[in-house]
Amino acid sequence: MRCERVLGIEGTAWSLSAAIVGWDRVYAEASAPYIPETGGIHPMAAAQHHSNHIGEVIRKVLDSGVEFDGVAFSQGPGLGPCLRTVATAARALALAYDVPLMGVNHCVAHIEVGRWQTGCRDPVTLYVSGANSQVLAFRAGKYRIFGETLDIGIGNALDKFGRFLGLQHPGGPKIEALAKEGRHYIHLPYVVKGMDFSFSGLMSAAKEAAASHPKEDVCYSLQENAFAMLVEVTERAMAHTGKDECLIAGGVGANMRLQQMLDEMCRARGARFYAPPRKYFGDNGSMIAYTGLLQLKHGMVLKVEDSAVNPNFRPDEVDIPWL
Amino acid sequence: MAVEKRGAEAVVLIEDGRVVKTRVKKSYRVDELDERLRRERTRAEAKLMSDARKLGIPTPIIYDVGRFDLVMETIHGTPLKDVIDEDGARKAGVLVGKLHSGGIIHGDLTTSNMLVKGDRIYLIDFGLSFWDEMLESRGVDVHVFYQTLISSHHDHEKLMSAFAEGYRSSFKGADEVLERVKEIEYRGRYKTEAP
Repeated sequence: MRCERVLGIEGTAWSLSAAIVGWDRVYAEASAPYIPETGGIHPMAAAQHHSNHIGEVIRKVLDSGVEFDGVAFSQGPGLGPCLRTVATAARALALAYDVPLMGVNHCVAHIEVGRWQTGCRDPVTLYVSGANSQVLAFRAGKYRIFGETLDIGIGNALDKFGRFLGLQHPGGPKIEALAKEGRHYIHLPYVVKGMDFSFSGLMSAAKEAAASHPKEDVCYSLQENAFAMLVEVTERAMAHTGKDECLIAGGVGANMRLQQMLDEMCRARGARFYAPPRKYFGDNGSMIAYTGLLQLKHGMVLKVEDSAVNPNFRPDEVDIPWL
Repeated sequence: MAVEKRGAEAVVLIEDGRVVKTRVKKSYRVDELDERLRRERTRAEAKLMSDARKLGIPTPIIYDVGRFDLVMETIHGTPLKDVIDEDGARKAGVLVGKLHSGGIIHGDLTTSNMLVKGDRIYLIDFGLSFWDEMLESRGVDVHVFYQTLISSHHDHEKLMSAFAEGYRSSFKGADEVLERVKEIEYRGRYKTEAP
């Protein structure tokens, strides 16, 4: 069986993206992100958007004329209606082209695309996006979760605070810009319990602080606080596992202050910090296609009847035979 | 002779008569936050250790609490890891039961953080400890301990049931926690060692 290229489709939340990827390059990629006019992501509206645009997104990558040996899709975790839309398209494609179908775990895909793009081997990964905030590392055949959020993901927390300030979704990059102008650190709750962290109390405190402090200072303090929590748990996982590589993944990973803090933490302990090119932080079709390629090589394919989506799909449910 | 141990957040200097644990500066975080955390945690650790002691758990005596460092008694004991048997595991269970019924989570329960001296077991390193009465936190605490038994002792099943027996004898809520431990194992979430 040939295993040179895979067509992958990502659609767990706001992003709708398809790509054809081989072992050493991205052959084609097309995206049509769902951007809410007001407020945050509405699951049904996002799914409706995906079903309206998935045809054109797939058409664009097919028009590249590049052949593929399998079809991969984001099986979870994510918003149920979005996942089902993408899975339906992926099944149809796999049947029409008579190629294997691979269900990819979205978190695992973030790690794999990061390893692929940066060349790091066996890192502790800080995966930070809208819904997810986890510290992961490979151990005994799987990516284990060493620490994670007890309530909301850091991205959602930042977006919510951004909406509170009247900023348009997504709020993260705007908060990053405001934080650069901040001068005074405001005392905010710092919640790390064992290896886990929590952001909801921090968000409420930041909202309260915004009533009496310049928003630049609140954004600055919010970032310093929340990111220090993430970096601390990442460092603990590195100390615990003895690994000397650290990888950042997920949309919030594009934040330069967070990258700078991780880099500083790594330097202080003689470890190396890896960040992929900016376009791979957000959800993208290439990461699903690349991970699908790894799965195809290792026979991790699905029958259509076993390809139901899994909105709560955890990364430690997936065998990782390639590491 | 002094021995130095470096953890993720502190340096521990073990001398003959005393142990000095210093929380080191982290340059990645702003100074105000860094100092606040190191100061608060140093104080909290001292408080947690003395609270644990009041609950009847042997812990090192604290000689001095500085801004960022703790000076405490050196326990000349043997890590439970090296001498564990069913009796030792039962005693460890009694200690953890007392700790949990007093509303404290140790956060890093391993057989290396339990020192056997005479017929007592000392609990050390409260660096990750916190006050909490949640079922999940207690479950994770016990689960972490089970994981160290599984990864380093071949007769871990006997040791686990001896631990559970001791834990039940000193803590009323034990059964509920042990149920949760099974669930946590099933989730696979904290599985950090080969099964």
